[in-house]
Amino acid sequence: MLYVVIAFLYIALLFYLLFGGADFGAGIIELFTSDAKKEKSRLLTYRAIGPIWEANHMWLIISIVILFVGFPAIYSSLSIYLHIPLSLMLLGIIARGTAFIFRHYDPVKGKLQKVYNLIYVYSSFVTPFFLGNIAGTVISGRINPAAKSFPEAYLFPWLGYFPIAVGLFTICICGFLAAVYLIGEADDYVDRILFRNKAIWLNILTVLTGGLIFLSAYVEEMELLNELLSNNVSLTALVLASISLPILWYAIRNFHYKMARVLAGFQVSMILFALFYRLFPAFVIMNGAVLTLEETAAPLSTLNALGIALLAGSIFILPALYYLIYSFQKKRFDQDTDIVNMVGGEERRK
Amino acid sequence: MDDFIAARSQMALSLGFHIIFACIGMIMPFFMAISHYLYLKKRNDHYRKLTVAWSKGVAIFFVTGAVSGTMLSFELGLLWPEFMLHAGPIFGMPFSLEGTAFFLEAIAIGFFLYGWGKFHPWFHWYTGVMVGVTGLASGILVVAANGWMNAPTGFDYVDGEFLNIDPMAAMFNDAWFTQALHMTLAAFVATGFAVAGIHAFLLMRGKNKPLHRSALKIALSLGAVAAILQPISGDISAKDVAQRQPAKLAAMEAHYHTESNAPLIIGGIPDEKNKIVNYAIKIPGGLSFLAHGDFNAEVIGLDQFPEDEQPPVLITHLAFQIMVGCGMILMLTGILWLFGQWRKKPFVEAKWFLTLLAFLTPLGFIAVEAGWVVTEVGRQPWIIYGIMKTREGLTPMPGIVYSFWLYTFIYLSLCGIVSLLLIRQIQDLDKKETPLPTYPR
Repeated sequence: MLYVVIAFLYIALLFYLLFGGADFGAGIIELFTSDAKKEKSRLLTYRAIGPIWEANHMWLIISIVILFVGFPAIYSSLSIYLHIPLSLMLLGIIARGTAFIFRHYDPVKGKLQKVYNLIYVYSSFVTPFFLGNIAGTVISGRINPAAKSFPEAYLFPWLGYFPIAVGLFTICICGFLAAVYLIGEADDYVDRILFRNKAIWLNILTVLTGGLIFLSAYVEEMELLNELLSNNVSLTALVLASISLPILWYAIRNFHYKMARVLAGFQVSMILFALFYRLFPAFVIMNGAVLTLEETAAPLSTLNALGIALLAGSIFILPALYYLIYSFQKKRFDQDTDIVNMVGGEERRK
Repeated sequence: MDDFIAARSQMALSLGFHIIFACIGMIMPFFMAISHYLYLKKRNDHYRKLTVAWSKGVAIFFVTGAVSGTMLSFELGLLWPEFMLHAGPIFGMPFSLEGTAFFLEAIAIGFFLYGWGKFHPWFHWYTGVMVGVTGLASGILVVAANGWMNAPTGFDYVDGEFLNIDPMAAMFNDAWFTQALHMTLAAFVATGFAVAGIHAFLLMRGKNKPLHRSALKIALSLGAVAAILQPISGDISAKDVAQRQPAKLAAMEAHYHTESNAPLIIGGIPDEKNKIVNYAIKIPGGLSFLAHGDFNAEVIGLDQFPEDEQPPVLITHLAFQIMVGCGMILMLTGILWLFGQWRKKPFVEAKWFLTLLAFLTPLGFIAVEAGWVVTEVGRQPWIIYGIMKTREGLTPMPGIVYSFWLYTFIYLSLCGIVSLLLIRQIQDLDKKETPLPTYPR
C-alpha cells in the first residue's frame, strides 16, 4: 500500500503542476496581453477555466493530505524550515482564487475591477514561483537542520540561485501550459494567433530558464546535471522531452492544439518523472540528512486506510471530473447562457 | 505577544473566519436546491431569480471557504508541526475522506454554476444538491478530526510514543457524534437565520416581495426546526463532556469546587483569582441534573485538576453563556415563527417581526463562534486531550507575531471585500430586471 500512496502523491503533484499550473498561467499571460485585448481575453479565460478551476486546485489539497497523513515527518519539517515561502505561496493562492471569483461576481464594474485584476495577475506569478522555489529548495540540500541563526535556518535555504531559478522556470512552465491550452479554447483566428505567439515565446523562456537551472546548479556545485544524466531512465525521459520539442513547435505553429496540449503535458510529466525517478525514495534532501518516503512513512495501518480512501475516492472523483471537463469542452459555445451567467454585470454596463 | 499566544490567536482567527464560510457553503446549497426544485415544479419566475441570486452567494462563499480551508491545511503544519508529526497518521483518516468530498464539491459546483441550460434541468438540480451533500459531508468529517483532539483514541501512548495506530478507531472517537450533530444543526440555525434576516430586511423595503417571502420561508423553515432541535443536541453534548472532559464542563459552568447538588450558574463574571462567580443567577442542583440527570449527583470541579491543567475559566464560561443565550433567543423566535406559519397569523409579516428577524441576522454565527471558543479554549492546555500540551506542538520558528499580523490583515481584507460584494449583490437583486440564465424551451 505504501507504493499506492506514493503513486498518488506523485500523480497529485504532477496534476497540480499541470492543471493548477495552467490555471495560474492564465493569469500570467494576462499580464502580457495588450489593454485593448484584455477584456476579451478575460472573458475567454473565464469561460475556459471557470467551471474547472476550483477542481484543479484540489490536487494541492490531496498532496498535502497525503503528506501529513502518510509522511508526517516530511510535512512537519517542510512546514518548519520552509515556513516563509510556504506562507507566501499560500498568500498567492488566496489572493488569486478570491480575486478571480470576486471580479466576476461584483455586479458593480467600477474601480474595484482594477484592483481585482492587479491582484489576480500578480498573485498568479507568486504561487508558481514559490511552488518551484520550494521544490528547488527541497531537492537542493540547502535546508540546514543544524542552523543556529534565523537567516541560516529560515531564509538562506530558499534564497539561493538554484531555488530561485526553479521558481522562474515554474512560472514559465505555467504560462506556457496556459497558452497552449487556450489556443484551443479561442473562438476566433485573431485570438488563436495571440495565444500561439504567447505559447512560442513562453516555450523559449521555459527552455532558457531551464538552462538557468543547470547553470545555477553548476554555480552552487550541485551535481544535478550529472545525476540526472547518469541515470538511464531519467536520461531517457529527458531525451524524450527534448525530442518532442520540435514536434510541439510544429503542432503549435499549425494550430494542432490537441496534439500541442498532449505534448506540453507530456514534456512536463517527463521532466517531473526524471526528477522523481532519480530521487526516489528520497523526497527531501537536507544538509546532512535525507528524508525518504520509505523511512518517513506512517505505520502500515495508516497507509492502508489512506490508500483505500484514495482508491475509493478516485472511483468517485475521476469519472465526475472527466465528465465535467468533457461537458464543458463540448458545450462551451452555448453563448447566450454563458454571457448572462458569467458576466451579467459586464453586459449591463455596456 | 509571545509566539505561543500569536500562534494560538492566528489559529483561532483562521478557524473563526473559516467556520462562517464553511457553514454558509454547507447550508446555502440546500436552500438553493429547494428554491430550484420549486422553480422546476412550479415554473414561477421568482424562484428562478432567487436560485440564481443564492447561487451567486454560494459561489462567493464557496471560494472564500475553499481558500481559507486550504490555508488551514497548511497552517496546521506551519504553526503546529510537532502536533501534526504525531497526530497526522492517527487522525488523518477523516481528512483523506474529506479530501474526496471537497473535490466532489468543487466538481459539483462547477456543474451547477456554469450548467444553466447546458444539461437536463433535473441533472442540473442534482448537481446543486450534491454541492450541499458533499459540503455537509466535508464538514462532518473535519469535525471527526477535532473530536479526536477532544477524545483521543486509536493508539497506545507508551513512553511518549504513539503505538498501535488504528485510524478507523481514531475517526470514530467518542466525541465525533455529539460534536458533529451539534455543529451540523448549528450550521442550519446560523445560516437559516442569517439568510432569513437579510430577506426580512429586504421584504420591509417592499420590492420583489414574492421573492423575499419565498426566500424567508425556505431559510427560516430549516433554521427554525434546527433551532428547536439544537437544545436536545446540546444536552447530549453536555452529558458527554461531563463524562469525558470534566475540566471543560467545569470551566464552561465556572464550577470551581467539586460538590453534589451543584448549582447551575447562569451569567455572571468568574473571578479567576478568588475562584468565585459574581453577579450570577444560581439554580440549585441544576448543573448536577444537566450533567448527570440527577439533582444530587456530584459534579467534578476545577479543584480536582492541577493548576496547570485547568482551562481558562473566564473566556470559556462567557463564551458558553453567549452560545446558550443566542441559541435560546433563536429557538424562541423559531417557535414563534413556526406557530405563526401554522396558524396563518398575520404577525409573521408585521414590521416588528421582520425587524426582529433582521436584528437576529448575526446571532446564529455569534453562537457558532462562541461554541467553538468553548470547545477549543475549554480543551486547553491540551492540544490532544490528556496526551500533548498545546505548547509542545508549537513550531520552533520565531517571529510568529508577524505571521499573525499578516493573516489578520488577510482575513480582515477578505471580510471587507466579501461584505461589500454581498451588499452589492443584494442591491443588484432589487435594482432592475437582470437577464437570467434559463433552460431552453
